[in-house]
Amino acid sequence: MSTFLAITLSGLALGAVYFLVAAGLSLIYGLMDVLNFAHGVFLTLGGYAGWAMATRLPGALPRTAAGFLLTTAAAILGGALVAAATELLLIRPLYGRPVAQILVTIGLDLALTGLLLGAFGSDSRAIPVPAWLTGVTVLGGERAPNGDFVALGGGLLVLAALTWFLRRTRYGIIIRAGAENRAMVRALGIDVGRAFTVVFTIGGATAGLAGLLNSVVFNSALIDPTQGDQLLIFAFIVVVIGGLGSLAGSAVAALLVGLVQVYVGFYAGSGSGLAQLGNVSVVLVLAVVLLIRPRGLLGATA
Amino acid sequence: MTRPAGPGVALGLTGLRASIGGSRILHGVDLTVPEGGVTALIGRNGAGKTSTLRAAIGLLPATGTVRMLGADVSGWPTHRIIRRGVGYVPEDREVFAGLTVRENLRLAETGGDPRYAEVYRLFPELRERAGQRAGTLSGGQQQMLAIGRVLLHGKQLLLIDEPTKGLAPRYVTEVVRALERAAEAATILLVEQNVHVVRRLARQVVVLDRGQAVYAGDVADLDDAGLVRRLLGVSGAA
Amino acid sequence: MTGARVLARLSGRAPAGPAGPDLAGPRWAGRAVLAAGVAVLALIPLASFSLGGILPGAVDVVNSAGTLQVLGLCLVFAGVALGFDLLFGFTGLLSFGQVLYFATGVYVLDIALSDWHWPVLPAVALTAAVGGALAVVLGAVSLRVRGIAFAMVTLAFAQAGYYLVEDNPHGLTGGDTGLVLDTTRLPAALVGVANTRNLYWLALAFLVVAYALVWLATESVTGRVWLAIRESERRAETLGLRPFRFKLASFVLSSLIATAGGMVYLLLVGTAAPDSVASLTVTVSVLVMVVLGGVGTRWGAILGAIVYVYLQQYLLKIAAEPSFASLPAPLRVPLSQPQFLLGALFVVFVLFAPGGIAELAARARGRVARPRREEGTGADGER
Repeated sequence: MSTFLAITLSGLALGAVYFLVAAGLSLIYGLMDVLNFAHGVFLTLGGYAGWAMATRLPGALPRTAAGFLLTTAAAILGGALVAAATELLLIRPLYGRPVAQILVTIGLDLALTGLLLGAFGSDSRAIPVPAWLTGVTVLGGERAPNGDFVALGGGLLVLAALTWFLRRTRYGIIIRAGAENRAMVRALGIDVGRAFTVVFTIGGATAGLAGLLNSVVFNSALIDPTQGDQLLIFAFIVVVIGGLGSLAGSAVAALLVGLVQVYVGFYAGSGSGLAQLGNVSVVLVLAVVLLIRPRGLLGATA
Repeated sequence: MTRPAGPGVALGLTGLRASIGGSRILHGVDLTVPEGGVTALIGRNGAGKTSTLRAAIGLLPATGTVRMLGADVSGWPTHRIIRRGVGYVPEDREVFAGLTVRENLRLAETGGDPRYAEVYRLFPELRERAGQRAGTLSGGQQQMLAIGRVLLHGKQLLLIDEPTKGLAPRYVTEVVRALERAAEAATILLVEQNVHVVRRLARQVVVLDRGQAVYAGDVADLDDAGLVRRLLGVSGAA
Repeated sequence: MTGARVLARLSGRAPAGPAGPDLAGPRWAGRAVLAAGVAVLALIPLASFSLGGILPGAVDVVNSAGTLQVLGLCLVFAGVALGFDLLFGFTGLLSFGQVLYFATGVYVLDIALSDWHWPVLPAVALTAAVGGALAVVLGAVSLRVRGIAFAMVTLAFAQAGYYLVEDNPHGLTGGDTGLVLDTTRLPAALVGVANTRNLYWLALAFLVVAYALVWLATESVTGRVWLAIRESERRAETLGLRPFRFKLASFVLSSLIATAGGMVYLLLVGTAAPDSVASLTVTVSVLVMVVLGGVGTRWGAILGAIVYVYLQQYLLKIAAEPSFASLPAPLRVPLSQPQFLLGALFVVFVLFAPGGIAELAARARGRVARPRREEGTGADGER
């Protein structure tokens, strides 16, 4: 039974990271009709920003809680800045041409990942983090990785923050309205372009955080240039299952995908020798959901 | 047929041409809306009335000249045109279903001192239902919300598209009352199919047919049944 | 597009040719260029001179084995890109999953040849049959949805294929490390470094056949229907057409070309690994090739693929040379990664010349490219 709990915790933590990526993707698509492939490299850059900060902090600081907060802040800021620059320089000029916007994000993902590969090779770099993050806590006889708790906590925190932002702030209301009817928002005198930049930046910030957490919790605090793209595929799956444009949908789907992946991978996969069964099953869930309900679990009708 | 655009003109369209999905809708609309009062834009279904309004505020790409409140706003982005003091109430209301009534109104705030008291006095139901999701409102209530949005600030020009369409009579009365109040301070270009509303509210009428303005005159001209039949094809109905 | 215009197109009265930059000169000029191009390509294995360092092979002679293999690779991907453009550029279906059929061509042929020791022709037939059957089934399933949902379903199936290959069930696919082709059942003419020129000609034959198929299909009535579907599926429906079977036909043809390309790839390269034949990276590369060349123009996909693969291989060769390591870091880092240069080039094209090289060629000839309105957006680009 406690194995089941440990596996569940893993699945929830994975789901939390998926949510962090999917939330940004979903908001961006809901408002702008852009499927942002560059999210992959936002993830990776967030991880590297965290690494850059952590390796520059003096002495043992990165291995303290305060140091880790700084590392996290760097990851979030790094993702946010790159996303803002992307929106202003690449997405804006292509306003009104959603296919071209998607293509340009594909190109950016390709180019920046290539640049990172050139700079760092395909080897990983280690991010100095507090020892307790990579350690375990013994709960009811089972060893639960502490990182799982941090990931879960991070996901819940961001969910709460985003919900507050969307409900209580003016930009949040603009974003929700714009996802429904962009033209009418303009007809009320509001410059949606600014909302685009805000939403893209938020997406980049959550992606940066997700990239760092993914690296620390699921990759032994190692970062390499292809991590983001590997995670991106699952993020797409989560966003589409949950329904493009729905934050709640992303949350639900993220948990579903995380749990399915982990349960199938552990219970069915290890027995049959098919290590990737968990991944395959997630992909099949996507296909099934799309064929039964193309707009996703909680998505708005197209 | 059109008056020269000089002082005292709230909206002047010259040679407005627009297409939707490859089909030409507006074939060079020339019309003038004099400052003050209500000008009605009438015509058969498909004549291009809604497209004219949307093209004027930039929601539909168009060629030609648009002069609004003393400036040439041709080609301006929509939000910039609106900020000059223009309000738009679309056909089908287009309130944001997922937002509450209060949020819908808040979105319409464009600066300091929104006149909520005024709006709530005209439409008390909006205050009662402030926390209700706009998608769950009745058609009449949504219409009140759509009009309330543009009354929050002292707009100088209101473009209103078929506000009484599909409304129960009691809501029609409220809408007409609200528009009368609004007309005291703003110029209104009103697209309407309901002839009684037109006669009650409007001073001038412009008739649109097949993407062009074919007649402009006083609302009293509508008393001439022969003229009406010629312009609109059916007597008594717009 | 009004109904009248669609009907005119379907009946062939309107000027034929794909939407996109209008490149029509007199017909015979295009045909002559095409024939000349094929002739030049066919003669390359006979050219034993050097071109002064721009060749991607280790030995600096045009018909060296290394160069021929790279050129053969260019031609293989040219065919695959052409097949992809059939789906994307002509029918307007953005599929992120065509790599699945390419991988099918590679792996099924390899299993038949290396593991089961079948003779060549039955192995090829089997692979084609598997690829075709897969395309029909998965295509029918995927085409139940449209737009982004379709793109994601196709991506899902392709990823499932990638994971399956990585998992190495029964040791058949070699997993992460990949596989090596066992050439015992192959005809002698296709084996060995000395016969690289034969494999090159095989690749050229593949491209020619693929081009002929695509040309025939797009110029036929079916092709006009594809264009109509691309412009507006809803309008095509209201005209009494049933888009589904046309979309499926496009999907299956595109997938079969990809499968054949996979087979030629396997013979040409002799090895395969999931990251190079089954991953999303391949899908993205093909998409980039097509956009670079010019979506919806047949020769654009070919040119884009040749340029892309050639640049990629050439840059890899340069980066491996000893003199390269001595370049200052700001130059060395970006240049060592073809992915960066190609991605940056792609971004530049999407921003300034979305019609690709074809658009640049049209502009150079003084013709303004007809702007392509995007499916689902109104005239003002708004929903």
